Amino acid sequence: MSKIINPHENEAGLIKSASSSIHRRSFLKYSGAGIALSAMFLAGCNDNDDDETDYSQDMVNLGSGDVGILNYAFALEQLEAAFYTQVVANKYSGMTDLETAVLTDIRDHEIAHREFFRAAIPASARIKDLTPDFSTVNFMDKTSVLTTAKTFEDLGVAAYNGAGKLFTDTGDGLTYLTLAGKIVSVEARHAAEIRDLISNGTFANSEVIDAMGMDKALMPAQVLAAAGAFIKNQIVATGLPQ
Amino acid sequence: MNIFNLIREIEKVDPEVYERLDSRRAIFKHFAGFGKKLTAAAVPLAFGSMLNKAYGQTSTGRSVTQVLEFAYLLENLEAEFYKQAVTAASSVGAPAIAVSALTTIRDHEIAHVNFLKSALGTSAPMYTAASFDYSAKGNLTDTFTNYGTMLAVAQAFEDTGVRAYKGQAGYLVSNNEVLEAALKIHSVEARHAAHIRRMRRDAATGAVPTNKPWITGKDLGGLPALVQPVYNGEEATTQANVNIAGMMSGGVTISAAAASEAFDEPLTTEEVTAIVTPFLA
Repeated sequence: MSKIINPHENEAGLIKSASSSIHRRSFLKYSGAGIALSAMFLAGCNDNDDDETDYSQDMVNLGSGDVGILNYAFALEQLEAAFYTQVVANKYSGMTDLETAVLTDIRDHEIAHREFFRAAIPASARIKDLTPDFSTVNFMDKTSVLTTAKTFEDLGVAAYNGAGKLFTDTGDGLTYLTLAGKIVSVEARHAAEIRDLISNGTFANSEVIDAMGMDKALMPAQVLAAAGAFIKNQIVATGLPQ
Repeated sequence: MNIFNLIREIEKVDPEVYERLDSRRAIFKHFAGFGKKLTAAAVPLAFGSMLNKAYGQTSTGRSVTQVLEFAYLLENLEAEFYKQAVTAASSVGAPAIAVSALTTIRDHEIAHVNFLKSALGTSAPMYTAASFDYSAKGNLTDTFTNYGTMLAVAQAFEDTGVRAYKGQAGYLVSNNEVLEAALKIHSVEARHAAHIRRMRRDAATGAVPTNKPWITGKDLGGLPALVQPVYNGEEATTQANVNIAGMMSGGVTISAAAASEAFDEPLTTEEVTAIVTPFLA
């Protein structure tokens, strides 16, 4: 029951559900734990402990509220980190020293993002490790690798741009907005560099930047529809704003 | 000026003034110490800075309009810069592909100016090329006559822009449309920053081969020391109490350099103002 997220549930609804009998025990269990990012997460616990619904192993529910957005970011960072780890471990033929340095840097940044979210989201609310599906990527082929990288980076930028407004407007929500801001510009730097590696000068072309000089912003469902092709698990985002 | 009376006056409207400044007992000790060390004339100044510290950071912040006006100034600073840079680029040896990139960036900055102008309406101030001083009060003598300097200034502006939008985002939460527009501009500035940084890395002459599209520590990347404040604070390796440097995963250890690169840091309004002030005519 705890995993069935009411799509209309907002932050207030979450707090209400956290104090319901189902969640009370796990909420109290963690409330004094001094975890890095405070009670806002705890309110969103989509804990598996007392989950009686029979979900398939492959189903991953992001949850709702601020913690749902953080899980959403965690999912995307997992995908990116896994991708670049494989790229660096299986270099495509003809990878230059510069490309190796750039792709290794990006790998490290994405791992840093992933591990940050892993550390920041309390285990009770955090989604599990996802299983990526890179079967459509030819890691030996530069074009295949860089095209996939471009997809991930542009998507990451659009995802964070669209998620900023979804955090609560006060308290921890503001902290998360700042954190998302710190990450999204690094994703945009990646996107620009990957695009320039494919074709110098395409860092911010009309494919991604509109006539107002603005980047894209996408809602979770749109992002997950694109990212889903690279993830074996089925991501459930019905608790997030549509 | 009786500081204690002043504090008591403030207490009438803000009972928590002592907590903001310091604890009640500590505040008196604090001032007792001040009295010995500071001349009478300096006391109001020290008090003022304490009040700023106490209220500046906890204030409810800036209005959406104030943020838009601030962004409008920064975008005009960039747009007027790139207009002149594009005109001068060929004559200072920029290759065609660089002129093309500078033109792309110029057009984005002009689009940002136009967007903000329409958002501000009639209250939008008037800026022209004459509003800005790209010599930074004579500190830079060849901004538009030396390709290396031109790109250096561009990098400083872009990295400042990225950090500035980041610092303002929190003031926009009351207006989702404006917040999202600001974020969509913010990531474009980051794309610009990355490209300008790579242009400096790859330049045929005067290249900075160690320059990366991302910011390592608070590295100046060969820029004049004048702009060190653009990078101060970027060396952070801890985020929301999570220490990123030294994290290990799958055989990879995150270095302090990578940890700092992975997160861009915000700048406050005051920090950005201090950075851009020399560039205002």
